[in-house]
Amino acid sequence: MRLRLLSAAVIAMIATGAWAQNLNGAGATFPNPIYSRWFAEYAQQHPNVHINYQSVGSGAGIQQVTQKTVDFGASDGPMTDQQLATAKNNGVDIIHIPTVLGAVVPVYNVPGVSQDLHFAPEVIAGIYLGKITMWDDGNLQHDNPGVKLPHQRILPVYRSDGSGTNYIWTDFLSKVVPEFQQRIGKGTSVKWPTGIGQKGNEGVAGMVRSTKGAFGYVELIYALQNHMQFGLVRNASFKYVKASVASVTAAAAGAAKNMPADYRVSITNAPGADAYPISSFTWLLIPQHWDDQAKGKVMVDFLNWMLDHGEGEVSALDYAPLPKTVADKVRVTIRQIH
Amino acid sequence: MTQPNPVTLPTPTVAPAGKTPEQPPPDASKPIQPSEIRKFLQERSSGRVVDGSFGGLMLVSALSIFVIVALILWVLVHDSQASIHAFGWRFFKTSNWDPVNGSFGALPFIYGTLVSSFLALLMAVPLSLCVAIFVIDICPPMLRGVIAYLTELLAAIPSVVYGLWALVVLVPIMRDHVGPVLERWFGWTGLFAEPNFGVNMFTASVVLAIMIFPIICSISRDVMKAVPIHQREAALALGATRWEMLRIAVLRNARIGIVGAVILGLGRALGETIAVTMVIGNHPDIVKNLFNPAYTLASVIANEFTEATGDLYISALIEIGLALFLVTIVVNAIARLLVWAVTRGSSTRTA
Repeated sequence: MRLRLLSAAVIAMIATGAWAQNLNGAGATFPNPIYSRWFAEYAQQHPNVHINYQSVGSGAGIQQVTQKTVDFGASDGPMTDQQLATAKNNGVDIIHIPTVLGAVVPVYNVPGVSQDLHFAPEVIAGIYLGKITMWDDGNLQHDNPGVKLPHQRILPVYRSDGSGTNYIWTDFLSKVVPEFQQRIGKGTSVKWPTGIGQKGNEGVAGMVRSTKGAFGYVELIYALQNHMQFGLVRNASFKYVKASVASVTAAAAGAAKNMPADYRVSITNAPGADAYPISSFTWLLIPQHWDDQAKGKVMVDFLNWMLDHGEGEVSALDYAPLPKTVADKVRVTIRQIH
Repeated sequence: MTQPNPVTLPTPTVAPAGKTPEQPPPDASKPIQPSEIRKFLQERSSGRVVDGSFGGLMLVSALSIFVIVALILWVLVHDSQASIHAFGWRFFKTSNWDPVNGSFGALPFIYGTLVSSFLALLMAVPLSLCVAIFVIDICPPMLRGVIAYLTELLAAIPSVVYGLWALVVLVPIMRDHVGPVLERWFGWTGLFAEPNFGVNMFTASVVLAIMIFPIICSISRDVMKAVPIHQREAALALGATRWEMLRIAVLRNARIGIVGAVILGLGRALGETIAVTMVIGNHPDIVKNLFNPAYTLASVIANEFTEATGDLYISALIEIGLALFLVTIVVNAIARLLVWAVTRGSSTRTA
């Protein structure tokens, strides 16, 4: 009896082992909450599929998918041409699949000011370049008529850990302010001439909250979920826009008209009156060709499921969904994966 | 050198190495009869084989230390080749850390690591020794257990908890209360100049000091406890006061062990990552002002490694690891040299 039970268990294990598809992915931390939710839900509906996702950071995600240690990667910033070439040399042709959108918002602690402040890109750049050092600076006052700004020193706070948040923030400022581009540039980590670095959204938010005069930036989701006050930023149409799921999706829609075929596009400072300018896609990095056909099928099926069902639930977690035009394009691209 | 008769001496429970008096040799005139215990042991197993393999096992274990160190060094050197070739010695001498333009120099990080660790030692060593002496000689027995327990508890707290505590509790205290006082009294030195946001080199050193205090304290306490009681009694019998007894009999005999404890604490301070990252401000600067944010070797690796892309960038970060490894080796070597220099002249007096 015991033997029969045991052998049945072994057979069952072998059987499920043969049926179960394990996919391993690694990469960006920013979309981790929604990815985890998607993968769990998908696995619930497809009991034979199990998708593991490790949020180890975009850089590590790119590296691991290039070296084929995972089935797919994920990144907050698009891979560079050089990185794509390296991957190709390793036999991995990578397709970028945009999944959701995120945004970065300015946060501040100005004593005696309860209104949402307005920030021009030049002012933000000036703060991080060390040129605007006081809250009652003429430029800040000009953007915020009617607000009584105190004579208080500004403490710029930046993300010390390499992050997609840094990338989006510096990408926007580099695009709009030539001096920022020249002296700092864009990247997951950059050389900040002044200020204090804190680790993670929580580090920056904590520092800003506890320090009078501090100015920093955090992910929109973090700000929303922690009920933080954040500022408006001037967009390409010279309108001050507050970040929200709607204004971030508007930025994607504005950029969708000029969407390149490989989706490697920065949508900071996107056109459109309602577009929030510090927005970005986050991507899954999917190999085009799969040696294991069964695995490839599961991947394609998941991506279609994501477009059909997954996108509908991203707003619940404060992510912005892909605009319809982009989603339709992605559906066509997925057919290339085999 | 006067050795007391070992037969009449009450043997201390924990004897420091090299200080136990030698046992007299067994009487060689009697024929060697295997004892009952010996016979029993021999029936169970072959002592020679076990002894041999035991010795071998110990040797392999000891050699594994060499292997581990060599492997670490090899990986660090091998994986940082790109950076070593690109920058050479300049890597350790320049201050520009600019991932965007691919220019890397480790000097501010080395500076931050060394200064924060030494400041931490400066605060932690006197405190630890005072506590250790108090526990050993002055403390009422009831309190002794409590202090020892709390010290060990401090050592067991994870560093991320220290970091959180520092960020939430220590930073505001440093910014609003300690900072202004230091600036008023010691501002003239240039070491404490506003603006002080609480997140800076000084706060990081204080956290480090608190973190290494339990290590230094409990090890030096154990070392002092191991000093034979008759040494103290002898000093007291000669008319020494309590302080003189502590100085002559206890501290003098225990100083090598105390230095060992300090080196262990220093090792932890040099390599401490997360707690420092949370309160040091992560800004690579070399300035005298301790209220300025700084950056350490371990912190920059922790901050930037996960998202680093590009071979040169990753390679430079690994070379930062190599720099940390070398800094630790050099600092340890200097400390050992110091110990050697101090003990060499007076070895005959203390042995």
